[in-house]
Amino acid sequence: MMDTQAEVGRTHDETMTLRMGPAHPAMHGIIQIDLRLEGEVVVRADVEIGYLHRAFEKHCENVSYNKCFPWTDRLNYVSPLINNFGYAMAVEKLLGIEVTERCKYIRTIMSEISRITDHMTNIGTSAMELGAMSVFLYLMKAREYLWELIEAVTGARVTICYGRVGGVKADFPDGLKEQTRGALRECRSVLREIHSLLTKNRIFMDRMVNVGVISQEDAISYGITGPFLRSTGVPYDVRKAQPYMVYDRLDWDVPLGSNGENYDRYLVRMEEMEQSMRIIEQALEQMPPGPYQVDIEGKPLEPPEMVDLGKLGKTRELLGVKLDLSPNLRGMDRPHHQLVNVPDKKVVLPPKELTYGNIEGLMQHFKLVMDEHGIRPPRGEAYQAVEGGNGELGFYVVSDGTDIPYRVRCRPPCFPIMAALPRMLEGGMVADIVPTFGSVNMIGGELDR
Amino acid sequence: MAPDSLTLRKLKERFPGSVLAVHSYRGDDTAVVKGEDLVSVARFLKEDPELQYNFLMDLTAVDYLGQEPFDSPQRVVLGSAQEGIRFEVVYHFYSLPLNQRVRIKVPVPESDPTVDSVTGLWAGANWFEREVWDMFGIRFKGHPDLRRILLYDGFEGHPLQKDYPLRKRQPRIGPQV
Repeated sequence: MMDTQAEVGRTHDETMTLRMGPAHPAMHGIIQIDLRLEGEVVVRADVEIGYLHRAFEKHCENVSYNKCFPWTDRLNYVSPLINNFGYAMAVEKLLGIEVTERCKYIRTIMSEISRITDHMTNIGTSAMELGAMSVFLYLMKAREYLWELIEAVTGARVTICYGRVGGVKADFPDGLKEQTRGALRECRSVLREIHSLLTKNRIFMDRMVNVGVISQEDAISYGITGPFLRSTGVPYDVRKAQPYMVYDRLDWDVPLGSNGENYDRYLVRMEEMEQSMRIIEQALEQMPPGPYQVDIEGKPLEPPEMVDLGKLGKTRELLGVKLDLSPNLRGMDRPHHQLVNVPDKKVVLPPKELTYGNIEGLMQHFKLVMDEHGIRPPRGEAYQAVEGGNGELGFYVVSDGTDIPYRVRCRPPCFPIMAALPRMLEGGMVADIVPTFGSVNMIGGELDR
Repeated sequence: MAPDSLTLRKLKERFPGSVLAVHSYRGDDTAVVKGEDLVSVARFLKEDPELQYNFLMDLTAVDYLGQEPFDSPQRVVLGSAQEGIRFEVVYHFYSLPLNQRVRIKVPVPESDPTVDSVTGLWAGANWFEREVWDMFGIRFKGHPDLRRILLYDGFEGHPLQKDYPLRKRQPRIGPQV
């Protein structure tokens, strides 16, 4: 290693220092790569991160468990649902509770929809940086179908805040099955177009094949997971290795690459989207049915009629009847609530009929949202990993027995990949930085937290 | 109590004096080991043919300011750590051949917050250890380049320490206009 003084001397005639970013158009989010160039060859690359640090972990140490969910949305903002569920599962593990069957299916389906949006964004933006603008636009169009699904279920598009400890915010709306099938049909046709535009495209292949290569040993040593690791041929996917939710009940494959180059990562992501669609379709079929749509005679009930039936003692049937609450509470009425939330009163907010309808419900709600009263996992620690869009997304939660987490640690999947980025850039050309960095799928929110 | 897993059993056999406590709370195998033996424990986990913990999945720390570490009600104490423990550095390893995880924790005293670096065993430890230094002020002996990573040079204090004031203001850096 030369000392700095000597290097500065050499800079003059042989090497050049170039700072790429933090506001470069090809920098997804804001990071900086300090490059030392010899002509067009990268001699040294140093990655500077932290521009998007928002103290996620410190924030979580100061609010109650359910209040952390909005911040988990903002970790990987391209697939926020997976973050929601990962954090929820870590707290549930600490509490020792298991969510309901329907909730598991809902979480699986929503995670896979998120994964497809994540991969679409990644492929779209990296293709755009290589000049394929139409690919980007087609994929954004396809992503829109999926975001409409997400909007129908969660009420929002990006910062969805849909997960809850012990369940989810609301059940699926009516007709989601058909809407999902339609969206997947559209996505498949777009993906076929993308295949024909990119997969055998000479320009695209020239930029991707044998560029940004990383070996299996290096990838493992850096702790890289997800599509990036699988492109080197290591068959590690948290969903297969340590199944959670309902992944072990469904039939799907883990696509693998062999060379660990940009092109393999592109192919792995393309195939993973197809596998995610298979998972969604099977899960929609297997999913336990929702609550009754109508009363025992087949018509919706008006609240006064419900009271009358209740006076006659016919309450058993009424528990299953769907009520029309205000539109922003859709899917949160009692029949839905029972299906997607654990029955533990110390964890889950009561359905809104009870909160507004009787004193026990009101008190239960009150006890859970009041400071120093909410969810209180026993003292202990738990680590829960889920497969995020970029790889293993882990949450390590330590509880001191109060309603505020003592420590929440998020293991961001693109952090190790960014640590390995200099290894892939050094020795390559300046122009190769763009496709290689694109294939990392860096998400500033989860990298810097 | 359920019998220990293969990993914990082997760790206790191989390092009888340095494993201070074990537990498998909520299914997560955990061993607390002495700081001076961390690197040899990590190397054993990585290189033992029966274990092969080849992934360093996560490396972080917890600040137990003024409290005993409360990791689990099932903690089995085998030895006592030194006095004045404030932090625990937490390693999550994953073994691809075994398909298992193990958590190794190292108690760190407040007077000398230093742990040996595992960058020699896993390249990924480099950035993780930089983050722990940045956020907790724990130094890693033998780290090639221990700089701040998420925060900037000139930041005062280490924000994930429990006594870091929430509303603390930082000095302005950069060119003064």
